[in-house]
Amino acid sequence: MEYSKKVVDHYTNPRNVGKIEKASGIGKVGNPVCGDIMKMFIKVENNIIVDVKFKTFGCGAAIATSSISTEMIKGKTLEEALKLKNTDVVDSLGGLPPVKLHCSVLAEEAIHEAIADYYRKEGKLTEQEIKEKCGLKEHHCESCGI
Amino acid sequence: MNTIYFDNNATTKTDEEVVKAMIPYLSENYGNPSSIYKLGRESRKIIEDSREKVAQILNCEPNEIYFTSGGSESDNTAIKGIAYSYLKKGNHIITSKIEHPAVLETCKQLEKEGFEVTYIGVKENGIIDLDELKEAIKPQTILITIMYANNEIGTLQPIKEIGKIAKDHNIIFHTDAVQAVGNIQIDVKNLNIDSLSLSAHKFYGPKGIGALYVKKGILFNKFINGGHQERNKRAGTENVAGIVGLAKALELSYSNLEEHNNKIEKLRDYYIDQIKERIPYIKINGDMEKRLPGNSNISFRFIEGESLLLNLDLKGICASSGSACTSGSLDPSHVLLAIGLPHEIAHGSLRVSIGKYNTKEEVDYLIESLVEIVSKLREMSPLYEKFIEEENK
Repeated sequence: MEYSKKVVDHYTNPRNVGKIEKASGIGKVGNPVCGDIMKMFIKVENNIIVDVKFKTFGCGAAIATSSISTEMIKGKTLEEALKLKNTDVVDSLGGLPPVKLHCSVLAEEAIHEAIADYYRKEGKLTEQEIKEKCGLKEHHCESCGI
Repeated sequence: MNTIYFDNNATTKTDEEVVKAMIPYLSENYGNPSSIYKLGRESRKIIEDSREKVAQILNCEPNEIYFTSGGSESDNTAIKGIAYSYLKKGNHIITSKIEHPAVLETCKQLEKEGFEVTYIGVKENGIIDLDELKEAIKPQTILITIMYANNEIGTLQPIKEIGKIAKDHNIIFHTDAVQAVGNIQIDVKNLNIDSLSLSAHKFYGPKGIGALYVKKGILFNKFINGGHQERNKRAGTENVAGIVGLAKALELSYSNLEEHNNKIEKLRDYYIDQIKERIPYIKINGDMEKRLPGNSNISFRFIEGESLLLNLDLKGICASSGSACTSGSLDPSHVLLAIGLPHEIAHGSLRVSIGKYNTKEEVDYLIESLVEIVSKLREMSPLYEKFIEEENK
């Protein structure tokens, strides 16, 4: 199994590692049993993600996807960020080995959870509306069987 | 960047003396050992001389040694070959939960074919419980197969006692000794071993060559059909250079075993002591007494093994992990789960296996690198953050 140069670059020097105190939204996905947990912190001003940080417990691919997806949503509107697909993350990393594809799903899920958390705190939308807008679903990882 | 190799339980660097001994049999001495003329007879002679060397070291007869392609083939041959040969007597096999896949998968295959297999567990230190073994024995038990030394946590099983129990119950005892041969003293007679697998590349020999010892009188099926090589058990023109390399490597290993082991053990203990002192929240897996000299297996809590290995690789360091991501499967190592580690701690395990070429400077570099990498990965771990928050409450 070989990682692309971009993946190596991102797990060697991950961008935006850390946490945001008083974050507008926090999304936490994954499970320690399957060996991947991602926690995404966003700061939202005027519907724009002005800052984003992450913490990840996981393999090189999990760290790299977390890192690059923070770069991809920073400065974007919430709607734009919600449109980010795991395939976009994989493409921008120059591909991932097939067994690692589920890690990129985790990054997408973490972003959606963080934005949903922001909407909940904002209190303008109903839970149903948030679920629909953020496309929330139960985490189902075929790889880890959870 | 230099390669710093700490994965000697995976494979070892071929000793230059071994390579030297092999070269003639890859060049001018190319005769087929089955041929009648001088060139062929020379190849035959070196094979039989090699066989004698191996037999001498293991304390058995030369005609009890069969050369194979390696550990997996030896395990497959012994377990299937013995099982099929004794099917009339019974269909029950006992093994352990921490065996190498070469044994576990072979046993699973036999289960599909109608054999019954009991997988006995291990205690927290990775050693089997002899009482559990005795209780697992049934009238129809024909084979016990328990590994000598574990490839992940280095634990040494009480082989002599297991052999004695098997003998007392008239059951055949096979041991996968791939990690043990070349690293510790082995006398098959004294240890009551009926059948044993070994592999040359674990003791500074070449890859693709191994051997199987089967005690005279024990039946096992022919495993490759064709010519009459290996006393009509394994057809195919012999891997002459490999056999020469295996015997040479074995001879070298046992010519100064104690000296090497003292050095290796000292480095290993120094590594573990330093890590214990300098990195908090770790768990040392396996037994510290009954253990292969160079093996260490440490779980670093809150971090995942593959990212640890990738970061070590960036510094030129080779090691291995029992995390799911590195095992190629979806679960962490079956061995670490069998000793009772929770999944998240098993994911963060690191096997560092020290060999005869490692130096103290290399171990120091490894320690410094680990201190830095573990701290970096913990800084980005949400599990660590949560743990520290709870600690501070």
